[in-house]
Amino acid sequence: MRLRQGQFSFLPDLTDDDIRVQAQYAIDNGWAVSVEYTDDPHPRNSYWEMWGHPMFDNRDAAAAVYEVNECRKQHGSKYIRVLAFDATHGWESIRMSFIVNRPAEEPGFRVVRQEGEGRQIRYTIESYAVREPEGARYA
Amino acid sequence: MNAETQVVTPKTVDLAASFEESGVAEVLRELDEALVGLAPVKQRIRETAALLLVDRARRQLGLATETPTLHMSFTGNPGTGKTTVALRIADLLHRLGYVRKGHLVTVTRDDLVGQYIGHTAPKTKEVLKKAMGGVLFIDEAYYLYRPENERDYGQEAIEILLQVMENNRDDLVVVLAGYADRMDRFFASNPGFRSRIAHHIEFPDYSDGELGRISETMLAEQNYVFDEGGKRAMTEYIGKRRAQPHFANARSIRNALDRARLRQANRLFETSSGPLDATALSTITEADIRASRVFLGGLDVDRAQDERA
Repeated sequence: MRLRQGQFSFLPDLTDDDIRVQAQYAIDNGWAVSVEYTDDPHPRNSYWEMWGHPMFDNRDAAAAVYEVNECRKQHGSKYIRVLAFDATHGWESIRMSFIVNRPAEEPGFRVVRQEGEGRQIRYTIESYAVREPEGARYA
Repeated sequence: MNAETQVVTPKTVDLAASFEESGVAEVLRELDEALVGLAPVKQRIRETAALLLVDRARRQLGLATETPTLHMSFTGNPGTGKTTVALRIADLLHRLGYVRKGHLVTVTRDDLVGQYIGHTAPKTKEVLKKAMGGVLFIDEAYYLYRPENERDYGQEAIEILLQVMENNRDDLVVVLAGYADRMDRFFASNPGFRSRIAHHIEFPDYSDGELGRISETMLAEQNYVFDEGGKRAMTEYIGKRRAQPHFANARSIRNALDRARLRQANRLFETSSGPLDATALSTITEADIRASRVFLGGLDVDRAQDERA
């Protein structure tokens, strides 16, 4: 099951050139681009591992593409996303986020049912991937 | 259909038109006007610009070309305008479309080499990323390589630099600068650098006449002028200063002028009693220049006197 999170996730995978254009858009708006990766694709997992620092004073998106490719070399079998952080007063948050790398196999999510008091049912989802210990997922 | 393909690859290109339209003509003109002397440097830049224009025209005609190697090395004595020219080059390459942003990032060894193991690579990469889309200017590049210390981290920075210079040729242009003899030694011990740098540009020292003109331009930029005596004193100053140690061409002149302005201000304070007009406030006289210790024999004389005292 293809993970749909952030921008462009219903489009085909972005090429390096697409990534460069999008990152350049962010830079031209004054947002800092950063790269993050994870092997836990749960939608509520908002804190992915940072790949280096946010690139606050880069003027060209080639650096972002360079870092994405460096990250792919080491974490090519995990999810990698590119973020654009807006530091202006009042925003101070993420303005863009899109996935640029996925595992070859995405096993998807299952529904977990928990029976509570009075036959009440609580539902949650769990990625099949996280049944494996960290580091062994998507191997 | 046919018309469409013709639009994509035109049959002819007008070099003169693309010369004007790309704004290269303007950059070269500015270069000629703003920089005194440096004839061989200007010649090399003009040649490089011609090569890039032709390369771009060939690309428009669909003739396959690889991106030419644009990395350069500037060698010359201090104060011969290496940084200034690097700025112009960045502008030039930007207008020709060989770098996307055209900014100049100036670094020295300190910005590239870390202090402990594992510190150098991230530091160098950070700088390289900052320079992407523009020009990376490495001043006194030979300090990167310290053969006397085999555990020096400079070698690591050099390796990363070489790798990025090769693989990200489209993303940034690296300019190495430094004194001629030490750069030669640097290249001799790092053959990888020499082969990856296509343009070696030598900056000659300025002649006395050129330095005179530079001093006038510098003053004019700050709305000052020499009077007759001041100009004569400056010519003499240049001749004397050149013979003394630590002579740094245009930089020495700039420093001399800064000190002359200081003396002028003091003179005005001490001697003037009435109101001053603009001419008085912006004229550098003979006395302002002649008070320099260069006329007494330079720094060494001062030191000698100190020791005696």
